[in-house]
Amino acid sequence: MIGLLVGVPLLGAAVLLCGGRRLDRTGHWLGTLLAAVSFAIGAALFASMLGEDAESRAMHSKLFSWVPVEGFQADVAFQLDQLSMTFVLLITGVGTLIHLYSVGYMEHDPGRRRFFGYLNLFLAAMLLLVLADNYLLLYVGWEGVGLASYLLIGFWQHKPTAATAAKKAFIVNRVGDAGLAIAIFLMFTTFGTFAFAPVLSSAGDASEGQLTAIGLMLLLAACGKSAQVPLQSWLGDAMEGPTPVSALIHAATMVTAGVYLITRSGAIFNGAPDAQLVVVVVGAVTLLFGAIVGCAKDDIKKALAGSTMSQIGYMILAAGLGPIGYAFAIMHLVTHGFFKAGLFLGAGSVMHGMNDEVDMRRYGGLRKYMPVTFVTFGLGYLAIIGFPGLSGFFSKDQIIEAAFAKGGTEGWILGAVTLLGAAITAYYMTRVMLMTFFGEERWRQAPTPSPAEPDVEPAAETRGEHAEPHPHESPKVMTIPMIVLAFGSVFAGGIFKAGDSFVNWLEPVTAFEHGHSPVSATTVTAATVVSLVIGVGAAWFQYGRKPVPVVAPRGNLLTRAARRDLLQDDFNHVVLVSGGTHLTRSLVYVDHKVVDGAVNGTAATFGGLSGRLRRLQNGFARSYAVSMFGGAAVLIAATLLMRAV
Amino acid sequence: MSPINYVYLAALLFTIGAAGVLIRRNAIVVFMCIELMLNAANLTLVAFSRMHGNLDGQIMAFFVMVVAAAEVVVGLAIIVMLYRARHSASVDDASLMKL
Amino acid sequence: MSFPLLTVTAALPAVGAVATAAVPAAKRTAAKWLALVFSLATLVLAAVVLARFDPDGARYQLTESHAWISDFGVRYELGVDGIGAALMALTALLIPFVIGAGWHDADQVEGEPTHRRWRPTQGFFALILAVEAMVLVSFAATDVFLFYIFFEAMLIPMYFLIGGFGDRAHAAGEEEGAKQRSYAAVKFLLYNLAGGLIMLAAVIGLFVVSSDSLGEGTFSLPELLRARANGDLTMSTSTERLLFLGFFVAFAIKAPLWPLHTWLPNAMGEATAPVAVLITAVVDKVGTFAMLRFCLGLFPNASSWATPVVIGLALVSVLYGALLAVGQRDIKRLVAYASISHFGFIILGVFAMTSQGQSGATLYMVFHGISTAALMLVAGFLISRRGSRLIADYGGVQKVAPVLAGTFLVGGLATLSLPGLAPFVSEFLVLVGTYSRYPVAGIIATAGIILAALYVLVLYQRTMTGPVRKPEIEGMPDLKVRELAVVAPLVALLLFLGVFPKPLSEIVNPAVEHTLSDVQKKDPKPQHPVADHNKWFDYKPAGHGGGDHE
Repeated sequence: MIGLLVGVPLLGAAVLLCGGRRLDRTGHWLGTLLAAVSFAIGAALFASMLGEDAESRAMHSKLFSWVPVEGFQADVAFQLDQLSMTFVLLITGVGTLIHLYSVGYMEHDPGRRRFFGYLNLFLAAMLLLVLADNYLLLYVGWEGVGLASYLLIGFWQHKPTAATAAKKAFIVNRVGDAGLAIAIFLMFTTFGTFAFAPVLSSAGDASEGQLTAIGLMLLLAACGKSAQVPLQSWLGDAMEGPTPVSALIHAATMVTAGVYLITRSGAIFNGAPDAQLVVVVVGAVTLLFGAIVGCAKDDIKKALAGSTMSQIGYMILAAGLGPIGYAFAIMHLVTHGFFKAGLFLGAGSVMHGMNDEVDMRRYGGLRKYMPVTFVTFGLGYLAIIGFPGLSGFFSKDQIIEAAFAKGGTEGWILGAVTLLGAAITAYYMTRVMLMTFFGEERWRQAPTPSPAEPDVEPAAETRGEHAEPHPHESPKVMTIPMIVLAFGSVFAGGIFKAGDSFVNWLEPVTAFEHGHSPVSATTVTAATVVSLVIGVGAAWFQYGRKPVPVVAPRGNLLTRAARRDLLQDDFNHVVLVSGGTHLTRSLVYVDHKVVDGAVNGTAATFGGLSGRLRRLQNGFARSYAVSMFGGAAVLIAATLLMRAV
Repeated sequence: MSPINYVYLAALLFTIGAAGVLIRRNAIVVFMCIELMLNAANLTLVAFSRMHGNLDGQIMAFFVMVVAAAEVVVGLAIIVMLYRARHSASVDDASLMKL
Repeated sequence: MSFPLLTVTAALPAVGAVATAAVPAAKRTAAKWLALVFSLATLVLAAVVLARFDPDGARYQLTESHAWISDFGVRYELGVDGIGAALMALTALLIPFVIGAGWHDADQVEGEPTHRRWRPTQGFFALILAVEAMVLVSFAATDVFLFYIFFEAMLIPMYFLIGGFGDRAHAAGEEEGAKQRSYAAVKFLLYNLAGGLIMLAAVIGLFVVSSDSLGEGTFSLPELLRARANGDLTMSTSTERLLFLGFFVAFAIKAPLWPLHTWLPNAMGEATAPVAVLITAVVDKVGTFAMLRFCLGLFPNASSWATPVVIGLALVSVLYGALLAVGQRDIKRLVAYASISHFGFIILGVFAMTSQGQSGATLYMVFHGISTAALMLVAGFLISRRGSRLIADYGGVQKVAPVLAGTFLVGGLATLSLPGLAPFVSEFLVLVGTYSRYPVAGIIATAGIILAALYVLVLYQRTMTGPVRKPEIEGMPDLKVRELAVVAPLVALLLFLGVFPKPLSEIVNPAVEHTLSDVQKKDPKPQHPVADHNKWFDYKPAGHGGGDHE
């Protein structure tokens, strides 16, 4: 049963990718159907799980022994507990909705069948990731989603920017993957195994140093996959992919895998306070980093990508707090899955109606033309900024509270950072909202077509060329998923919060402790609301009160830096890319001149030597006679000498 | 007379022959010098045979004579042909056998 | 006396080579089919070898032994352990694909002499089969001298394959191409011959040592190992080290290990893609195989003595090969440098002296063979369409030939060891095995997997993605049926063995345990071993009890 969960979308991927052109007409519905089947299986398992006691809900199923080598046992085995179940429902649920949405979004794309094949492949890999019962199988899913992400970011391969972004995402992720691999090596040398159950239950036996090392390596992996500082640079570029991909992979599911990894490995982190501290710091830094970047971007998807980074920063931070935070990290993860997917789909819907224009400075006043998109996007917006009563409010509020509960100076700093983050979130999301749906209709006055890539042939997705856009609402097949997600954005948080049902649900897996916050819950809530108001107010002051210029003003130093992703890419470019290029070039030179030069030099030495010796063969019989006499004389002399001795 | 004097004579003849081979260019003269060396060798063989009372050396000398006779036939023929072809009997002119 | 299965398996392609060479000049196509049939028949026999091999049985199975040169104790002795059986299967598996991929590589071209005795097509396929026969004997030989003969003899057909059959279109023009080709062939020959001569000295030395301490000299590996284990065969430390080096240098050239690698990029670059596959996927494997079989078994102390240096060189190979691959402008040379990086991994696994490392290394040999074959053969198809090996001459192929691009990507992903494809299993085992004994080396080698992603994806991006800018690309046809028939099974195998490598690893494991006991090494124990693995399947976090629900 659990195997089917992974198997169904995998089958879909295989059929769609190998099926050839015959499936071009029906392939997208097949893909969507299989995603839905997978969701149905997940729901059935969920129902049966609810029927059990909280203590005995975890299921385990071993399919076969994968790599049996002396002392090294890796099985293909699944483990479905409450944590995995939460993810399964999120992945298949949101996944199905996004499949449905893509049917409309990708309607005119010639590669639609391939697109659905990749989406199914992604679902399979992501499910494998959360269902694996050991770290090696998790690693398979981990790289599998990386592959799906690579294929989907680079889906429009004819665009060099997309191909580059895809490659960058994969390679940056590989750095994180290397961290996961090393973590597995460490587990193997420490515990002799890397299956979750034995490793996590005997984590206490290992020394703190070992646990810290494992924890840091796991964190490196999480940083890669979840776009946390310092491996965050790929996420912004990943927006080159089709928007449904950004919604599913780069907002709702794959990028949250890092949070899953840390929560799953809770037992390791609990024994390694230093590693936890680093996790918290990474989360806090990314939280602000992403938020600042989100404030400066004019590209709607990149602004949302910055927001995703920032929100995942919240989750990582919560996960770093230990048992007081795990459940809230996952809770925010789920609600974020709803509202961020909804926001991205909304953005996609806007782009769909606007000739794939992504620059928010060329939007404005769209609420009249796209009412459904406006309402669903608006609900998602209210949820993400934490408007009281909506999903984001409950989950984010809990994290802020837990941050204060960390205790000591750290607690105060973290609490302040999370509050500041909440204010900035409110600011940049309000900015997006105002620039897109309110204000003047700036697309009418667009002076020149957007200078995307002048030397590239018109991309397949630019359907209307560069004529003046005619904003229109998207078809039903696209709006229905948005509406469903909007419902989730509104109610999920409240349902989870009611009677602490979510915390109780996860408690057998992640354990839960009530944090003891130095400030009361009411105060935290009040502070959250205040920071929210400040953020919204500031944004309105800047973008709502006065018209938005179509051409971005130069901005201050921070804005300019934030537009360039706070110079992270420039750093990468200067240090890694050009450094690496020089290194490889000089190594090619060294290989040719030094290593191969030594070989050819040896050959040339012998060649030269024989060239010299050849001269002795001069054709004069008399000189041969001389050497013969000389040789004879030497021989005789040697013989006599030997005699004498 | 002591047989050792024959050995001295042979050494002298051999040296003359060797010097001739090394110094002279005319093929005929070089050839004669080789004969001189061969005969010097024969003389030593016979002399040592006499000194040691063993006939092996004398037998060997006969062999050498036979081989030398054969060599004269072949060698002179080559020189004659060479002269016909090049109108020269200089050994240095025939230095084509080189790399 | 039982049926000499190994001899027949190895002799069949030899017979095929003679038969193919004897096909009349005009019947080129018949020669191709004949070669293909012989290679497939060999594959069947190799499958029988694999099936007959009993993992729980004796160390060397299907043994045959006949006196050959009794004065020097040379015997015709064959026998396979799990490692040999797996590699024989790999060889027999790849040759039909090599033949299929090279179907038109030796066709008649315009202006070629049509002399009655001029038979390049026949020669090409006969030479491939000859190489197969020699490689099979090398994998099966348990007599050191017999192994040596075939190890060296392999060079002759390889020399002609590299020097005689290059890509038709050469970037530097026809004449310059021929010059570079013959340079590559001569370099291959001389380099390997030099290694072989050093090995010959060591082989003779081994005979002297064995006749000194056993009374009667022998080359038989099982006997030598037995004597070694009993303590009958003794040699001084310095002798052992010298002999080890003699063998090791020859194998390191063949493998190839940095800094003895420079012949490989030339040879693989100039040879046609199928021949390049033959070099890297089949012939070079003899080198790493022989390290495992001869160096470790015969000279355990010297192997331990040399381990730090070898591990260091292997690490350099891993990173250096990968970095150079990134810097290449020529597709085939890129694959060659990638292979150097992979051979670094194999040697790392062999000398890590752990069961994971050596099992991983053996699996790596097999899986690398398949993955490189997939990548290189598709690259060959690509090159034959455009007539250029330069990466810069491509771009946007994905748009015009999606199947070609797709298979190329799968081959590339296998090369970068994506989980789910076979090479991942072996690479991970090698890394785990290395890490458990040499943590620093393990971590450095892990950096190799990042670089692998870099060179593969850069190659893919530059050749396959982007807009179609060149007219030659626009009309490029997708894979034909023959080409698809060559690539599809390889891709399927990569997937299957990535998910289910167990049948192979079960055959390999006992052989690795034997090798480890030869060198008297035990796996490092985990610091905090988890007592009983299986009882944890009922585990519930936080100490709760619970049941199993499947």
